Amino acid sequence: MIEVSHLSRTYGGLRAVDDVTFTARPGRVTGFLGPNGAGKSTTMRVMVGLTPASSGSATVLGRHYADLPNPGREVGVLLDASAQHAGRTGRETLRIAARTMGLPTARADEMVDRVGLTPTEASRRVKNYSLGMRQRLGIATALIGDPEVLILDEPANGLDPAGIRWMRDLLRGFADEGGTVLLSSHLLHEIEVIADDLVVIGQGRIVAQGTKTELLAAAGTLVRSGSSTELSQALTASGITVTRSGADVLRADAEPELVGKVALSAGIALSELRAADGAGLEEMFLELTAETAREGVAA
Amino acid sequence: MSTTTIEATKADVPPAARPAREAPARIPFTRVLQVELIKMFDTRSGFWLMVGIAASALIATGAVIAFAPDDQIVYDNFGAAVGVPMVFLLPVMAILSVTSEWSQRSGLTTFTLVPHRNRVLAAKAIVAMAVGAVSIAVALGIGALGNLVGAGIAGVDPVWDISLSQALTLTFANVMNLMIGFMLGVLIRNSPGAVVGYFVYGFVLPPLTMLLAELNGWWKDAQPWLDFNFAQGPLYDGEMSGTEWAHLATSGSIWLLLPLAVGLFLVRRSEVK
Repeated sequence: MIEVSHLSRTYGGLRAVDDVTFTARPGRVTGFLGPNGAGKSTTMRVMVGLTPASSGSATVLGRHYADLPNPGREVGVLLDASAQHAGRTGRETLRIAARTMGLPTARADEMVDRVGLTPTEASRRVKNYSLGMRQRLGIATALIGDPEVLILDEPANGLDPAGIRWMRDLLRGFADEGGTVLLSSHLLHEIEVIADDLVVIGQGRIVAQGTKTELLAAAGTLVRSGSSTELSQALTASGITVTRSGADVLRADAEPELVGKVALSAGIALSELRAADGAGLEEMFLELTAETAREGVAA
Repeated sequence: MSTTTIEATKADVPPAARPAREAPARIPFTRVLQVELIKMFDTRSGFWLMVGIAASALIATGAVIAFAPDDQIVYDNFGAAVGVPMVFLLPVMAILSVTSEWSQRSGLTTFTLVPHRNRVLAAKAIVAMAVGAVSIAVALGIGALGNLVGAGIAGVDPVWDISLSQALTLTFANVMNLMIGFMLGVLIRNSPGAVVGYFVYGFVLPPLTMLLAELNGWWKDAQPWLDFNFAQGPLYDGEMSGTEWAHLATSGSIWLLLPLAVGLFLVRRSEVK
């Protein structure tokens, strides 16, 4: 369980994090989504006590992070996979973490195996690691203490498709066993496939949050029909907001069932009717962050 | 799409209750000490610094045996052959043990695993001092071997010309050396910057202050009180008088304790990025 309450962090005049409140619950994967520079990393840094909050608070498992007696045993943290001593071997990096937590150093080799690094790779210095290997090593460091909570900042960066799949399964399994996972990303599709809950942030402020299902429902229904103009009129007449998202595709702000009924009563044949999951969320993400994103400034 | 329905049902399932776990015990300070000691030596730079110290000690000992006239085959020279490389190079290890947390950014992990910077830094300081003390003991031990071997080769009686009080002041001097490294690390928090700072502090400033003493009468009188390096000189020469201790305390406060206090203040506020 992670609880963030009215958290703000200012740098001079800049409000990097502005009154952020959300909860990441056990048994669920919470996706922390936002464009670059939105304040995701700063929020996570405040959570683990690396950056002091200007106001508000963040607690992990009901305590301030600094009050955790042995944080590595309760919270696995990966903030930046590149932030590892280049002159140390991967295995030694894990041994140091295990020692700090008071665990047998043999845990290091178990973790090397668990995150899919070979023993040879583990004996090389981190300097020679690719970003993907560093991510795996960082995940290993986060998991070595068998924590209840994971806080991961952009963990999929640099992983190949198989690696991303592996990470997804790993986090899913962790949450299904009752663990709390908070992971950030600026890639919507990455988060969409894994997260149960979403927190969307732009320019330091939360712009949307809720379960993925809720946010998807809010994104509406995609409907395809040969007579989309008539369908659009019929839907509008029923008080449903419609936007055109393709030649014969409409996005309606309503449940698929309702859209189907309207089409039926108007006698319009549909060729496709489905929740606008991926596309809808993407549109929502772009919409929500349009005014705050860098691209939005020019527009 | 089928995934939508699967996700929808998943969201409705109440979170699986994980059995409540006992909070782990607090990390003892001795463990932080142990970890910091290992970290000082287990990196590539740590390894090569040790190799560098061992190699230069070996070469210097060999040189004393090969080139020193018989009356110079004495314990003091063998101790110095092993000790001098340590005195110069070990402070760099103290520097890197602090600065690498920032320059290598390993502090991101260190300070999340132990979220109290003062504990980590206290451990680093104690480890640096212990390394300073132990290394002098090692230098004197290996120097004693060198003295026996050297005297045997030269066919003279071994001369033991380092007294216990001299050994103690040498130890004190070396511990202080490592604290200078630690201070520069804490103050500058950047590996190349702090190492350059160390060379300026230890090797560039001293000849300049000596030159200034030649040119300026006021500085010549004030130098023992204000020039830390100058005040450390007698530590290596043997017995220290009360005035010399006072010189050391005064100049050390200006050049070591004050910047250390500033550095510690900054470190607690600086962000580890």
